[in-house]
Amino acid sequence: MSFDAIIIGGGHNGLTAAATLAKAGRKVLLLEAADTVGGGASTVEFAPGFRTSGLAHIINRLDPDVVKAIGLDTSGFEATAMPTAILSETSEAIVLRGAYGESIDGVGKEEAAAFAALRKKLLFHAGLLRRFMKKPPPELGNTSLKDLAAHAATGLKLLSQGREEARDVLRMLLMNVADISDEFLTDDRLKGLLAFDATLGLHLGPRSPTSLMGLYYRLTGEALGASGGQFLPRGGMGAVAQAFAEAATAAGATIRTASPVRRIIANRGLAGGVELEDGEILMASTILSAIHPRTTFHHLVDPADTQTGLSRAIGHIRSNGDVAKLNLALDKVPQFQGLSEADHKGRLVIARSMNHVETAFNPSKYGEYSPDPVMEITLPSLSDPKLADTGCTLSAMVQFAPYALREGWESGKPKFLEIVLDGLERHAPGLRASVEHAELLTPADIETRYRMPGGHWSHGEMQPDQLLFNRPVHAAAGYSTPLEGLYLASAGSHPGGGISGLPGLLSARHILAGGSR
Amino acid sequence: MQKYDVIMIGGGHNGLVAAGYLQRAGLKVVVLEKNDWVGGAATSRELTEGFLYSNCSYVCSLFRPEIMRDLELPRHGLQIISYDGGAVFARNGDYLGTYRDHESHRREFARFSPRDAEAYDRYSRDVTRQCRFIQPLLMRTAPDPFSFRPRDISELVYLARKFGDMGAADMAAMMRFWTMSISDYLDEYFESPVIKASLAISGIIGTALGPKSPGTAYVLLHHYMGEVDGSVGAWGYARGGMGAVTKALAASFQSVGGTILTGSEVDKVITRNGRAIGVALANGDEVHADRVVSNADVKRTFLKLVDEKDLPDRFVHRVRHFKMRGSSGKLNIALDSLPEFPALPKDSRCLRGDMHFTDDLERMERGYDDWKAGRWSADPFIDMMIPTTLDPTMAPPGKHFMSCFVQYCPPQVEGRDWTDADRDAFAETVVSQISDYSPGFRDRIRHMEVRTPRELEAEVGLTEGNIFQGELTFDQLLFNRPVPGYAQYRSPIDGLYICGSSTHPGGGVMGAPGRNAAAEILRDAKMKPAQMREAHDVL
Amino acid sequence: MTLDPIRKAEQEHFRTLLMPTPFHPRLAPLVETQSWYGWAGMLVAHSVFDEELEYFAIRSTAALFDISPMIKYRITGPDAERCLNRLTVRDVSKQKVGRVQYTAWCDDEGHVLDDGTLFRLGAADFRLCCQERHLPWLLDTARGMDVAIREETQEIAGLALQGPTSFAVLSKAGFDGVEALRPFQLAEFDHDGGKVMISRTGFTGDLGYELFVPATAALSLWDRLWEAGRLHGLNAIGYNALNRARIEAGFIVANGDFVTAETALRADRVRMPDEIGLDWLVDVDKVQFNGRSAILAARKNGTLKHVLVGLEIDDNTPAEAAIVYHGNKREVGLISAAIWSPTAKRNIAIASLERPYGSEILDDLWVEIYALRELKYHKMMKRARVVERPFVKLARRSANPPARF
Repeated sequence: MSFDAIIIGGGHNGLTAAATLAKAGRKVLLLEAADTVGGGASTVEFAPGFRTSGLAHIINRLDPDVVKAIGLDTSGFEATAMPTAILSETSEAIVLRGAYGESIDGVGKEEAAAFAALRKKLLFHAGLLRRFMKKPPPELGNTSLKDLAAHAATGLKLLSQGREEARDVLRMLLMNVADISDEFLTDDRLKGLLAFDATLGLHLGPRSPTSLMGLYYRLTGEALGASGGQFLPRGGMGAVAQAFAEAATAAGATIRTASPVRRIIANRGLAGGVELEDGEILMASTILSAIHPRTTFHHLVDPADTQTGLSRAIGHIRSNGDVAKLNLALDKVPQFQGLSEADHKGRLVIARSMNHVETAFNPSKYGEYSPDPVMEITLPSLSDPKLADTGCTLSAMVQFAPYALREGWESGKPKFLEIVLDGLERHAPGLRASVEHAELLTPADIETRYRMPGGHWSHGEMQPDQLLFNRPVHAAAGYSTPLEGLYLASAGSHPGGGISGLPGLLSARHILAGGSR
Repeated sequence: MQKYDVIMIGGGHNGLVAAGYLQRAGLKVVVLEKNDWVGGAATSRELTEGFLYSNCSYVCSLFRPEIMRDLELPRHGLQIISYDGGAVFARNGDYLGTYRDHESHRREFARFSPRDAEAYDRYSRDVTRQCRFIQPLLMRTAPDPFSFRPRDISELVYLARKFGDMGAADMAAMMRFWTMSISDYLDEYFESPVIKASLAISGIIGTALGPKSPGTAYVLLHHYMGEVDGSVGAWGYARGGMGAVTKALAASFQSVGGTILTGSEVDKVITRNGRAIGVALANGDEVHADRVVSNADVKRTFLKLVDEKDLPDRFVHRVRHFKMRGSSGKLNIALDSLPEFPALPKDSRCLRGDMHFTDDLERMERGYDDWKAGRWSADPFIDMMIPTTLDPTMAPPGKHFMSCFVQYCPPQVEGRDWTDADRDAFAETVVSQISDYSPGFRDRIRHMEVRTPRELEAEVGLTEGNIFQGELTFDQLLFNRPVPGYAQYRSPIDGLYICGSSTHPGGGVMGAPGRNAAAEILRDAKMKPAQMREAHDVL
Repeated sequence: MTLDPIRKAEQEHFRTLLMPTPFHPRLAPLVETQSWYGWAGMLVAHSVFDEELEYFAIRSTAALFDISPMIKYRITGPDAERCLNRLTVRDVSKQKVGRVQYTAWCDDEGHVLDDGTLFRLGAADFRLCCQERHLPWLLDTARGMDVAIREETQEIAGLALQGPTSFAVLSKAGFDGVEALRPFQLAEFDHDGGKVMISRTGFTGDLGYELFVPATAALSLWDRLWEAGRLHGLNAIGYNALNRARIEAGFIVANGDFVTAETALRADRVRMPDEIGLDWLVDVDKVQFNGRSAILAARKNGTLKHVLVGLEIDDNTPAEAAIVYHGNKREVGLISAAIWSPTAKRNIAIASLERPYGSEILDDLWVEIYALRELKYHKMMKRARVVERPFVKLARRSANPPARF
């Protein structure tokens, strides 16, 4: 059987691309190394009777265009919106309700108003940036009329709230989240949340210039029809992956799991097939790699088939993760201080202040984990009881836990787990005693388990120098690569990470449009 | 009461540059300086007998040669002496020297890494390419992207053209360069920690950022754009100390009839009907003029010298949130004899240049972490020079003046004001680090002036002791400096201008802000400068 | 704080800006003109006793030129051939052991990083000689391959022995078997208890050889040649004489006749092989290599902007650095090297022109020469014609076996 396109990697972006291409009539084969598709979107039984999302655990940027384009059936996993609660050891939690705090509990009237003003500003700016997320990265030095028209439209939008607001866009774009928070807010806990949300998944502290970009990026996402919306998928992220796979299959794509690719076959700058680990050779005129760009170019493509400059640039991609994933099997539902029972279903953030996030970040610069980490906690089995036969599952993203821990994760991991559990215990007394099983995935574990180099879920830092026409590197931005016939479609490509499906969609559309460089 | 055309508040180098241009154009200008001497942060002061201290700024490279020429500074006594290079001392007893000679430089790098030695040329080429784009912008008023005035639009078109002249790959490289940290940028070229530490220095000097902070690659560029007589990136000493720069500026200004009044602290800018008409001095006197120009930083100017109620709320908000953030201190030391550094071979020329003791980026970054926590760095970064090795006018024969610029040093200590005890402890940290590499160093010290941001603010008037009158981050560059919409040296008050380093293109003893401000003032006065050259193309 | 003595000793380099080459003890007493200059940080002579006479040594007897400062890399390992095939524009798999390739290498955009000579010493052993330094690029090209790359400029001393009697000199010096060397062939010979590598290559367009020897055996090699050269008119020469010969031979010099891609500050200064007369090197049938797709695309799309040509100019004033015009006023290029050729008796030049001038439009070309004569410029407009390179073609260069003259 022959195929028009072979897609390497069955993460949600690979699946999106498969569905898009198949829907357009291409004969598509998707190859996934693992036994199931989904990649970082999975549901795992990490302890007998306890299931949780394997890596990504919250939906906050599933793109409506993607849903529509591939006919994704969200009914299987869509759930109700959840609030975000900022936990405190000493006071009631602050709770942001609706999409990123349409209303807010736990702060004074003035502060709530200040937050509302800032939220409005950030959403406006994010709305402008979203225009760049929904299409391929702009081409430098070769602006088409269509691009010009799009830029002009963005310019008009920029001015839609007046000249002064437009000035603020250009002023704030590359600022840090700390200064912006200080400029508009007074409550340190709220600042802590913004700091956490801006830096989650990034090797930046809130005081690092450009860290506001992380928050903007979050707000360019939407869920349940609202920017900044979020929910916990029913059945865990594996259910989401399943829906993506069904969309691909329904569109006519062939999916083969347990089929790791050994190399991409190329000749004189032209890619034309793949060889599997078991030696099987499959040919197609289009090869689309929906895995980490470094794996693609440094491991699957023979060095002799790529050029030195490209290979060098790929080597410069900063892609070491700082986030650890914690899965806990608890014998009962934990009680977090200052949090109503209903709000336990929300996203619970431990980040006491801006400074807390900053000091948690500092050690990661030197290959050390945070002695007092910040984290985002969910209790998925509260919303979806099927995830735990008894008791309760806890799923958390803990930061900062650098990929390249200087002392090595073998000795570091047990110590870090203790620190994380202590941190939880302070907010939920008694939690430690109820732990039946604890699993901590360091970035090194994430790398191994999910085949993500550096354990970075965005396949490369989402910092401005690695965005747009520089994502993953300039020569391979915009999905085509210098190796003709080889395309990229992972989170390592524009617009980047998170469960959005956009890199897969945009890449597939690029191929359908002719796929020229 | 004397009536002038223009009052210049503050006699720093930018104030004197602007005053010089304005007076030469035919305006009657008075410079009002609070101290008994002019120069602001570019001074030479005799704080102990026989020794001249460049007690704030200490090296000269950024000062635009076009301005030296327009204002005839050499005729008024300015002389710049290039120095050869410098050294980073390593903890293992070795050192990394830097040399002007290309092959010596390469061979020195090769001692640490043969690969790095050969990577340096490409690095240097890439940074120079970035310079080529940005350097001509130093001497142009930044366009306002939202004014839609013909002049701003044509300037934006100029910028777009200039950008468009680059190839796509260069454009992409530029976007990366502007937002990267110097640490990440250097990682793409080099492997040796000490080489990276040496090259990162220009990325952090004067900023409240660490080498791992995004945006520090641009700061490197800011320091790289200097030149001495067409030799780009070269640094030199002003003969007679940095005061020689402002002394020449003052002499040039006075030679064409300008008036300087020292000991004249300005208390308030006087406005009438929304227009600046003069200033009130601290002693109660008033001086009137058609135009008032402030050389003070943006916060001092608009939050202290001007009534807030005369200004739009949004403007005040933005000025208040303009980042100053002092991050450095200074030790000025009179030495009885030339210190010895056993790590350096005998007769090493490195002793005549800038010397440092921070041999990897982690130490630099940890020093920054201390600052973020409100402490001075326990293991500080020191930019140390002994200008008297090349300039005998600054100390008695056989004696030496040493300048130590120290980072990081916070404007406040853990949230409270500095005390004298803090200051002494800070000085001890520095002296002890130098002593580790220079036995007997303490015994050579005859006199020492210690300056923390507190002293810098009190004497020179730099808010929080920030030497650049404001951080060089993206949100405070070009059309955002100091405040979006007011980046063309004008203010919301008619007739009130600002010309210090708070304005484009920013800090360093460069003179460009003063020159550009003068150009805008003359434009408003419908006058032409007697002589104002465009930027030289040297690259 | 203690430092080992070796590192301490290495610090001392700063005292000597220009390092002596391994031949310096022999060469220095000969350099009567004392006109030294720096080549890659090493001390070499512009001229030795008389530039004019040195030139005639190349063309009439034999000349010895110190090429030790040339940058040399050793590339070894099972993947050495693969690595070099990725690096260079020629097909290294076609290069047999014992052969030398003149070659060039480009960045991903097809812009020339340098040209140089590649010596295949063994199946998995190469030496690359060039003008600029490329260690980071070479190491990055070797990424993922089983190959070792080492810079060996200082360890290996090099001599160019060029001129009609050069074979006679070698023969007299006892290098038996050297007569079998054809152009671009190399072999190892015994010398001083070790080996010297001799290749029939050179930069003069004449019969000639290049000799590479460990720096420790440099002086004994010099003595051996010098002694043998006594009766064959052997002279030591400096760069100026060599430069004349290389212009006659039509050879180009990196960063003399074109700007290498890693040094160019301006985007429009870089050049593809086709723009500097090296299109013949590019082997489009070989496996993938750096710059391949860009070069092919430029050829296909007709986006090549420049062309490097040989010019013959009226009269006899060398047109160094002259501007080239088409018709009356249109500037179309620049001359990068020019001499009066004593051998061809022609006024010759190498020029870089903007296409289609020099590629399609060949007539009505003029050069503007400013000749400084007793503090006054004589300004001349001279007609120039595009001619074949080399300007001087000598049968003896490639004669087999070589003649003794």
